[in-house]
Amino acid sequence: MIKLRDIPLSAKFGIIVIIMYVLTAIFAAQLAPYGEADIVATPFEAWSSQFWLGTDNLGRDMFTRLLFGARNTLGIAFVTTVIAFALGATGGLVAATFGGWTDQILSRFVDVLMSIPQLIFALLLLSIFGISIPSLILVIAVLDSTRVYRLTRAVAINVTVFDYVEASRLRGEGAIWIMTREILPNIVPTLIAEFGLRFCFVFLLISGLSFLGLGIQPPTADWGSMVRDSATLITYGDVTPLLPAAAIALLAVAINLVVDWFLHRASGLKDD
Amino acid sequence: MYQIGKIIGQRVALGALTLWIVSIVIFAGVQFLPGDIATEILGRSATPEAVAAIRKSLGLDVPAHIRYFQWLGSILQGNFGTALANGRDIAELIRPRFINTLLLALSAAVISVPLALLGGIVAALYRNTIVDRSINIVTLASISFPEFFVGYVLILFLSVQAGILPSMSDVDSSTALVDRLIAMALPSLTLAVVVLAHMMRMTRTSIINVLGNQYIETARLKGLPERRVLVGHALPNALAPIANVIVMNLAYLITGVVVVEVVFVYPGLGQLIVDSVQKRDIPVVQACSLIFAATYVVLNLIADILSIVTNPRLLHPK
Repeated sequence: MIKLRDIPLSAKFGIIVIIMYVLTAIFAAQLAPYGEADIVATPFEAWSSQFWLGTDNLGRDMFTRLLFGARNTLGIAFVTTVIAFALGATGGLVAATFGGWTDQILSRFVDVLMSIPQLIFALLLLSIFGISIPSLILVIAVLDSTRVYRLTRAVAINVTVFDYVEASRLRGEGAIWIMTREILPNIVPTLIAEFGLRFCFVFLLISGLSFLGLGIQPPTADWGSMVRDSATLITYGDVTPLLPAAAIALLAVAINLVVDWFLHRASGLKDD
Repeated sequence: MYQIGKIIGQRVALGALTLWIVSIVIFAGVQFLPGDIATEILGRSATPEAVAAIRKSLGLDVPAHIRYFQWLGSILQGNFGTALANGRDIAELIRPRFINTLLLALSAAVISVPLALLGGIVAALYRNTIVDRSINIVTLASISFPEFFVGYVLILFLSVQAGILPSMSDVDSSTALVDRLIAMALPSLTLAVVVLAHMMRMTRTSIINVLGNQYIETARLKGLPERRVLVGHALPNALAPIANVIVMNLAYLITGVVVVEVVFVYPGLGQLIVDSVQKRDIPVVQACSLIFAATYVVLNLIADILSIVTNPRLLHPK
């Protein structure tokens, strides 16, 4: 069991930040003073006691949208990452367990998908399927599952050579048993760390696409598009547009700090 | 030498094959359109006659595999067709923007590569000290920053508060070199920051890996100062992985430019592809994707070849 005092300061900070983001995402509606898309004042009002962070280009409360942004951006990134893992990990396990032609076909297919830069491929697919939240989630999940596939396949192949896997094959266990009972439990730590990194990446990609106006569409509050909408304020020296961007950056830093510590621990390295 | 030529030949052939498959993927993607480009232009309520007429004028009435070879053939001759939105020639639309994007990526590389090498070496030299730890934390943080965050922070400090550099970089072919460099300063700085951290971390890791070798131990035991061990013995052997990292990050620059160009309203290929996706101008998106993907494949190929030719074990086979 992990003792609380054994966690380094950086990872503790990361964990606390992540917990706060999750709580904000869950209780956004309770915490927010106004409704998500309510126009409550004139555009671009300054910070005041009524509108803590001022209002955006349509006169919606910035603070409220920041809170709802946590729910939307994090929720969509989370669903996307879960789908990417379901696809990628299943594919990787199948390729490692069956080997041979199955492995060849899956791996070459993934190679093709990975030979086009991810953002460019996402743009191409979004222009074909149109911009909507389901297509955004599916496109990014499929593209990102290639990374999960590669990693799962690589670590799973290392496990398949162990005697206990061989023994279960000889025992006549089915492929599903071998994958879920023999291989999966041994690669879970690696997959958890990878989940953190992939989530971070997906989250940054979706924010980037929303910033470009090609991701989550208004009136849904989202950090990327909030930066885009209020960007003109920067030229007047107002830091408000940086807040959603900083929210994205802070979460990404927090996840990286925790994953860094987790990988360090999982690899059995000790501080010298 | 024969062996290395053979390996490089294989890699180049593999690269060409990858490019070919990429072109098929980019072409085939459009076949998944609900309806096709004709219905996309005319809208769903168009009469069948109008759709048939525009399909004929776009050449959509021939089978897909024949159209693919026609498409590929004309692209190889530098003819990308015309844009749906304004009927302009895509090749003409792309050429000046592609040069702008290359200039941007190049200047970002000029800024970031030397800094990354220096930072990585310093971190490796003072590893596990406060210097290394702070470099580690700063780089970890900046890896996690979205490109537009870095861009706007730089705008706020360097352009709005200090007033040194312009926040918009609208250049065209008539802009003088000095003005162009000034206009490009902030976007290239942003891109440099985005790739710098990653390169620095990888440089540090590869130097520290090399430091675990026995010849380093020997160099230390014969009394060389740490600096000479690092620069004379470790660095040459770490060059191959570092070169690899640098080229791979240049490939990453390609996608980084898309966001950065939008932040700074820089007239490059990235902005064009974003605009075209919004307008669903599929021929332009296809052409841009193809160029981005080809650059990416070629850069990865160069990284591959670099790591082969800098590997002494392959240069002098037994």
